[in-house]
Amino acid sequence: MKRWIPWLVALVALGCAVSRIVPKREPGMAVAEFGRLPVVFNGRVQPFDSVARNSLMQIRNRQTLPDDKAGGTMEAMPWMLELMLKPEAADARRVFRIDHPDLKALFGLPLDPSGDDDGKHYSWNRLQPRFSNLVEQVAPAEEKAATTRTTFEQAVLKLHNAATLYMRLQNTIQPMRGTNFAAELAAYQASIPAGTLAFKSRMKGMDFQTNALVAMLEYSERYLAMDGMRAPLILPPDHAEKEGDGWLRMGDALLQASIPGPLFTHIMGKKPLPQEEAEQMIESVGTVPMHRSIARFAAISTAYRANDTAGFNAAVADYRATLDRPFAAELSKVAWETTFYRTEPFYSAQLMYVLAFVLACAYWVGLWPTILRTAWWLVVVAFLVHNAGLVSRMLIGGRPPVTNLYSSAIFIGWGAVGLGLLLEHYWKNAIGIAVAALLGFASLIVAHMLSLAGDTMEMMRAVLDTNFWLATHVTIVTLGYASTLVAGFLGLFYVGLGVFTKVLQEKDGRNLTRMVYGILCFSILFSFTGTVLGGIWADQSWGRFWGWDPKENGALMIVLWNALVLHCRMGGLVRDRGLNLLAIFGNIVVAWSWFGTNMLGVGLHAYGFTDAAFIGLLSFAGAMLAFIGIGLLPLSAWRSTSGQAKAGTLPTRPVPAVAGK
Amino acid sequence: MIPMLSRLVKVLSSVRLAVALLACGIVLVFLGTLAQEPMGLYLVQERFFKAFFVDQISINAAVRKASHLVFLNLDPLPPEAYEAHPRIPVFPGGYLIGGLLLVNLLCAHIAKLKLSWRKTGILLTHAGVVLMIVGQVFTDLLSTESNLSFFEGETKAYSEHVDRQELVFAKDVPGTDRESVVSIPASMLKDGAEIRHPSLPFVVRVRDWYQNSTSRTRAPMVHTNRQPAASEGVGRKAIVDRLPPVRDMDHRNMPAAVIELSGEKGALGTWLMSGQISNQEIEADGATWRAELRPERLYLPFSFTLLKINHEVYRGTDIPRNFQSRVRIDNPGTGEHREVDIYMNNPLRYGGLTFYQSQMNRELLGQFSGLQVVRNPSWLGPYLSTAMIFGGMLLHFAIMLVGFIGKQKKSAATQTPPTVVPAAARGR
Repeated sequence: MKRWIPWLVALVALGCAVSRIVPKREPGMAVAEFGRLPVVFNGRVQPFDSVARNSLMQIRNRQTLPDDKAGGTMEAMPWMLELMLKPEAADARRVFRIDHPDLKALFGLPLDPSGDDDGKHYSWNRLQPRFSNLVEQVAPAEEKAATTRTTFEQAVLKLHNAATLYMRLQNTIQPMRGTNFAAELAAYQASIPAGTLAFKSRMKGMDFQTNALVAMLEYSERYLAMDGMRAPLILPPDHAEKEGDGWLRMGDALLQASIPGPLFTHIMGKKPLPQEEAEQMIESVGTVPMHRSIARFAAISTAYRANDTAGFNAAVADYRATLDRPFAAELSKVAWETTFYRTEPFYSAQLMYVLAFVLACAYWVGLWPTILRTAWWLVVVAFLVHNAGLVSRMLIGGRPPVTNLYSSAIFIGWGAVGLGLLLEHYWKNAIGIAVAALLGFASLIVAHMLSLAGDTMEMMRAVLDTNFWLATHVTIVTLGYASTLVAGFLGLFYVGLGVFTKVLQEKDGRNLTRMVYGILCFSILFSFTGTVLGGIWADQSWGRFWGWDPKENGALMIVLWNALVLHCRMGGLVRDRGLNLLAIFGNIVVAWSWFGTNMLGVGLHAYGFTDAAFIGLLSFAGAMLAFIGIGLLPLSAWRSTSGQAKAGTLPTRPVPAVAGK
Repeated sequence: MIPMLSRLVKVLSSVRLAVALLACGIVLVFLGTLAQEPMGLYLVQERFFKAFFVDQISINAAVRKASHLVFLNLDPLPPEAYEAHPRIPVFPGGYLIGGLLLVNLLCAHIAKLKLSWRKTGILLTHAGVVLMIVGQVFTDLLSTESNLSFFEGETKAYSEHVDRQELVFAKDVPGTDRESVVSIPASMLKDGAEIRHPSLPFVVRVRDWYQNSTSRTRAPMVHTNRQPAASEGVGRKAIVDRLPPVRDMDHRNMPAAVIELSGEKGALGTWLMSGQISNQEIEADGATWRAELRPERLYLPFSFTLLKINHEVYRGTDIPRNFQSRVRIDNPGTGEHREVDIYMNNPLRYGGLTFYQSQMNRELLGQFSGLQVVRNPSWLGPYLSTAMIFGGMLLHFAIMLVGFIGKQKKSAATQTPPTVVPAAARGR
């Protein structure tokens, strides 16, 4: 029986993770099916579902919200669909998160929860009457440099961004406060022939029918405002050469059938066009047919608003069928992304890592081998799931693993767990498992925190848009971070197990130190190579091999630190304990390089999320220093015998442990 | 004498020194990173990394920034404080640390490390480090950076220095389309300086020099108590104000000077020269001179014409996707006339220079493209040294690993193999 427990636990864990791939059956409206439709937002093709998740995350800091009407929780996609098609209902939902007391005061909201009010989340309807109060505060806050903004100004800008995003989404499918899009569309189309004729005559200085022009302009102006909201681009082109090219906003497409947006702003004197271009545009007014997908979206809207489940499902299927042939690649990518988000592989992995870590700790208390084997297999399964998530992200984005801070956390976790498993495979002393589980868990927590900022698969700015350097420099330097952290965490276990438990015997201590030493060699190789590749990239891109930029400096500090530790060891300045303590300090250097340098840019006393991250960084550094302090306790205070190796048993000038003799 | 010397060699070749220098290096890089926000990148490089010692003012700036790390939030120093004197050296700078590391490495290899095949990796790595340090010094000394900005359709045969200015006097050479130019680097334009040049029919005296300034039209009704900046030229109707020098990368200083010219027959008057004012004409000695304060120019033996720019953003966003300039090279020396594309991550290497796409703008006065122009004769240094260090480390760690595995195998043969749970068996 005992033999089977580890396998059983691992299988159950794997089963739980894999089972989430299968979508839940939708008895009613095929909202999830709608969520799998492609849209262009933030410059990339993505499913509506991702837009919904990332938007709700930015507005409410969560991917779900409590459903006040039906009870239970509401997912992001149903919420966004309601916002787009039945905004009058969505406006009553409490989605805006406000924490800052002064900001609450600005809206005249009570500071504490009372009755129906949870004191944190507010609906559009609740905020709307005093929205102008917020708008007044925006310009002064925007004028200030990011480093000098107060908490209040930060909160003002965050809420303003959330509200802007909310309105952008509202204008995605139908114009603001439209109650019957299909009917409006029909009326608009009917006004176009006479309207455009009148418009052309007017522009040529001939007589024109004022009524016809006014009738059309009533709609056109509405759609110009809609286009100005910069909503997601939902209308597909006939074919696209580059991903995302040619997609249109609803407002833009509606205008093209009457007076195209650029011509409109030209006439209004807002953005003048060259004479020739304007004349050509006037000539072609009224000749552009209505985009073929607009009516399909109108049908979706009608069915949704009428609560017509069958009609909605049919309309969605009908629209999706038009995409099948020309957008097969986009559709499969988008389907994959939806599955990826629904499956949440990193969340599953995180749970398994934490369980494995608890088991590894339990092992040291009770020393029950089955527990250790269970922990091992759990980490292996978690690593597989972690891998699946990582590879999915790479395939969806068409990018190497690390493109931003979020993905660096995912990748550092991946590298650390991989190294931990390798160590365990070789040394079989439970410490590899513990380090892998702990670092895997911690890095995924960090990743989760970073994902609150918005779309984690954002597009790369022109300078960074090179898969070659992202794949080499960024990947390798990140592996350097990961391995330095693994060495540092091994050091933590050396101190923790040595001081507080009796399990670490002299030989174990020696082995642990060898592991640390070996990993540090690995670290310096990777951090050096990665840093230098960054220099080469910089030299290739803007002619400066080294620019003393904070991030470069951070990477250089890791290289220098690893060099220092290795020289201390090779020169015999430190022995086992010293090497481990130095390795622990390496954690602080990595944390600085990874996060500290990013915080410099936005100001060390920036608030909001960064503030929380900053306190996190500071506590991490404090904890590492505490461990170093504990490690410096006299050896008589150590419960294990690992540190108590008598001076005579060590060579006076130890040869590098791994080099051996 | 000999024992003293051998003691010195012992210290200079010791691992302790290497470790101490590496530690100083880490502290230096850390402080330099912190000081960057208040002091600006250029000044930090000058005071921390390209210096033998760091002065107390710069350290103070870094410490004040560091106070924010522990929520103490000390105010930054005022901008003019960085220029104050005296500057007392309190911490080793980049050149001192690098130089000592170099000495330490060389001494260690000569005095201690014996040559053996096991040490080849270390030797190669250290040789690479030496090359890297020396190469960095050469780069600091030899490389220049300038800017070539032009509008679509414009042709240019020079680039401009980013932060160096020159005062130029030019006059037409009769019968040709050329001009004769006298250039005075801004470094010579100190308050009260007197500058003579055999080609100039006048003496240039610097009344006031402004590192950063703003010049405006003098409104007689408003600026009643302000005299015009100069007696001649544009300055007759303008006033100039001193601004604190800017240090961050996003802003440029606008230098200005009030100069007094005097010919053989006495004073000609004073002129306001500023980056905001283009050519002013000065009549002297029967000739018309054009005077201008402008970024220092580096003339090229060929010309570039900006044919077309391409500024792409991701659909529906403002995130740049690609900047690309189509440029025609005309080189009368080699008879070359060809077109090239310069874009992000794809610079043009031509005539010993490298041209990188850096800025692009389509709002102002048409389509505008800025190229960063770099001359760095020692650019190969980092590549070579990196290859040596990387190869050296790889070799060294491989040698160690082979030795270690050999030893493990030997011990495995004599001992029982490690079990899955070695500690469990020993437990208590």
